[in-house]
Amino acid sequence: MAGAPARELALELVGIDKRFGAVHANRAVDLSVAKGSIHGIVGENGAGKSTLMGIVYGYYAADAGTIRVDGSDVRIASSQDAIAAGIGMVHQHFMLVENFTVLENVLLGAEGGALLKKGEADARASLGKLMADYGLEVDLDAKIEALDVGTQQRVEILKALYRGARILILDEPTAVLTPQEADALFRLLDTWRSQGRTVILITHKLREILAATDRVTVMRQGAVVATRDTSATSQEELAELMVGRRVQLRVAKDAAVAGAEVLRGEGLRYVDARGVERLRGVSLDVRAGEIVGIAGVSGNGQSELLEALAGLLPLNGGEIFYKGEKLAPPGTAAASRAARLHGIAHVPEDRHRMGMVVGYSAAESTILGYHSDDELGFGPLLSNRAATARTTRLMGAYDVRPAAPALRSGNFSGGNQQKIVLGREIDRDPELLLIGQPTRGVDIGAIEFIHRRLVALRDAGKAILLVSCELDEILGLADRILVMFDGRIVGELARAAADERTLGLMMAGIEPAAAAQ
Amino acid sequence: MSAGARLPRWVDLGLLPLLNLAAAFLLSGLVVLAIGEDPIKALRILVNGAVGYPEAIAFTLYYTTNFILTGLAVALAFHAGLFNIGGEGQAYVAGLGVGLACLYLDFLPGFAVVPIAILAAAAFGAAWAAIPGWLEAYRGSHVVITTIMFNFLAAALMTYLITNWLLDPAHGAPETRRFAGHTTLWTMQEMLGWFGIKAPRSPLNAAFFLALAAAVFVWIYVWHSRAGYRLRTVGSSHKAALYAGIDPARTIVVAMAISGALAGLMAVNEIQGAQARLLLSFTGGYGFVGIAVALMGRNHPVGVCLAALLFGALYQGGAELAFEMRNINREMVIVIQGLIILFCGALENMFRPTLARLFASRGAA
Repeated sequence: MAGAPARELALELVGIDKRFGAVHANRAVDLSVAKGSIHGIVGENGAGKSTLMGIVYGYYAADAGTIRVDGSDVRIASSQDAIAAGIGMVHQHFMLVENFTVLENVLLGAEGGALLKKGEADARASLGKLMADYGLEVDLDAKIEALDVGTQQRVEILKALYRGARILILDEPTAVLTPQEADALFRLLDTWRSQGRTVILITHKLREILAATDRVTVMRQGAVVATRDTSATSQEELAELMVGRRVQLRVAKDAAVAGAEVLRGEGLRYVDARGVERLRGVSLDVRAGEIVGIAGVSGNGQSELLEALAGLLPLNGGEIFYKGEKLAPPGTAAASRAARLHGIAHVPEDRHRMGMVVGYSAAESTILGYHSDDELGFGPLLSNRAATARTTRLMGAYDVRPAAPALRSGNFSGGNQQKIVLGREIDRDPELLLIGQPTRGVDIGAIEFIHRRLVALRDAGKAILLVSCELDEILGLADRILVMFDGRIVGELARAAADERTLGLMMAGIEPAAAAQ
Repeated sequence: MSAGARLPRWVDLGLLPLLNLAAAFLLSGLVVLAIGEDPIKALRILVNGAVGYPEAIAFTLYYTTNFILTGLAVALAFHAGLFNIGGEGQAYVAGLGVGLACLYLDFLPGFAVVPIAILAAAAFGAAWAAIPGWLEAYRGSHVVITTIMFNFLAAALMTYLITNWLLDPAHGAPETRRFAGHTTLWTMQEMLGWFGIKAPRSPLNAAFFLALAAAVFVWIYVWHSRAGYRLRTVGSSHKAALYAGIDPARTIVVAMAISGALAGLMAVNEIQGAQARLLLSFTGGYGFVGIAVALMGRNHPVGVCLAALLFGALYQGGAELAFEMRNINREMVIVIQGLIILFCGALENMFRPTLARLFASRGAA
């Protein structure tokens, strides 16, 4: 990547300050983004990246500071102001109307007059040109719900283009993409840059920062801690700047010593309430002392698989064996209770709605699922003191900060919430751990801790089934990798045989034999 | 970034409700002024009528008893994520339980029939609430809709039973014969008499202590029992409940049954305590006011008791006011109550942002 030479600035932020009550979300942030460059912003959750971009896009008003676009001061009080100033934003969660066509979505808010007909015709013409210029092919008459997420993202970018955006802000754009789709996105951003436009890329994936950006700004605790030319930095340096100390990005581990089979699923099928077949005959096994990773783009049945194995999802077919014995059909509270009693621990993907109760104190969340333990009370009564004692112990062992059992669960950071859930589940010394997206929304420092714990559990001879959309995580932890696509397991790879390209192709549904060529 | 407006506890539980109450009284004063009466004088009559003399206090506490029980019923269901607005009907049907026990089991001695009647009230109320609970849990019929319908069903059923089967033919009114003396609850007058304290005659009776005991029960049940943990988990997230091995459907039915039992105990105060006979429409809207009481009391037993006391005082003082001031009638008093519900319930968050800013800037300085 050619570093952007010193030239005029597309966006300049001076002394941006923002408080939410007691939280100082942005502390006197200065940021200069050169015109025609791709500028990355990295930082842990809560570092203030999203707040900063929210201020630029008009969602929040800064308490102090100046925003300059193309060298002149602008006042941005709403997203309309931002659009008028030539700023576009693609959110992590797309802002598209599912049952509208692409054209209708692009027109939304820019209908161009009282009558749709003329606006549509005009839009069609100018969109055709834009798509040709940027190599951005989308069927304008397709409904959003019929498009895959990569294409939906293109629609978002097209929307920004159509509104004349010269500065495009992308918030975690690759979270839902396969590696190949992500590559395609970065090629598109290259084109965008070569047209003299500017991109601000917010991500926590350091690899992408290095691959795609010209310059990168690191934020920590609301402040800018460093800005580097991308060519002059490394993943290690960025990680250290983000966290404020040295971190190990990949946990060291020995080869697995796989033992007896602990879990086996045969021909698991699940049809959801809308009649969509989410699992189409999935079979798998997990052995003691190994981590089996399930890779795949989010929404290809991994979540359903994990929930079914934990006893939570009523299957339409197939059987689950635990240590050779058939388990009762899942989908009831009794099945969920039984799984836990058997020694199956489950760290769910949906931490906020399933893994804990955000309105509960940490102590109350710590006994979720274990509230019937004799130790936690007397007969029908529950002892808050006993729950607090257990929580204090776990918080010490799992380095939860702050170590405050009475604090509301929802007020902990993502990483500490995950440590609470993980601590609760591992504390029981389970034979099998089912774990989904263990580090989603978790800070780098906590990721390292969680990964270490998982490897330690494996080394203690326990079986782990890991579902993750982060390829890095799968490659870093799994001993054996299964790839899911559209409700099926496309193939299995030993860790040694797996590389990003092969996995990426498999995640797009291509059979391993074909993918390996 | 989720830093919401967190207020100190004393502001949240003390200052804010008082501020809301003051605003409601201010607006009520303006209404009183508008109809040509002196608001200061009205307030004085209201307060004096509610707590000014022993009899007034007794009546206030008697109303408070009803409000505590119906308020607790709403509060408990709320913690399970259910909005039980059927307290009125549940209490009404519970009256049938009390009535049947006191009328047909009066050959038993007092120490047997009194608790049986109380349990019958709880059981009838529980059953009447459990049906909507079951329909919600297993059939997906929303409990708000079904409990409203069950209020009408209860009214129809009770009218039919009282006017066709239970009424005392020797008596002109649609009500049963008086219960035998030993089947009814002690009056406060009797109880204070044991200690040599002379008290005026009033409908206040031992059910007041039953209500306080119920408040303690709710506190223990919701926050200090395994069943209460299940209830609150289901109330927060069905997914989390299932994950924890808790059956949401069963929990919902149980929560509704207990809620109905609490509402049902209101009939003990009215029928077994105050009236000593089963009569039409004895519930008098207490079940509905219970919703406001729970709302204002933040669904906590202590809050519910305090809010119930406020509403009890308003009821009693309001009756006095309607009696004393020509231009103020019963409906006017209901308007004042309505304003209080509006400010303390619906507009609960009106002053919150201002207070939050105030305390945030003070904290930052």
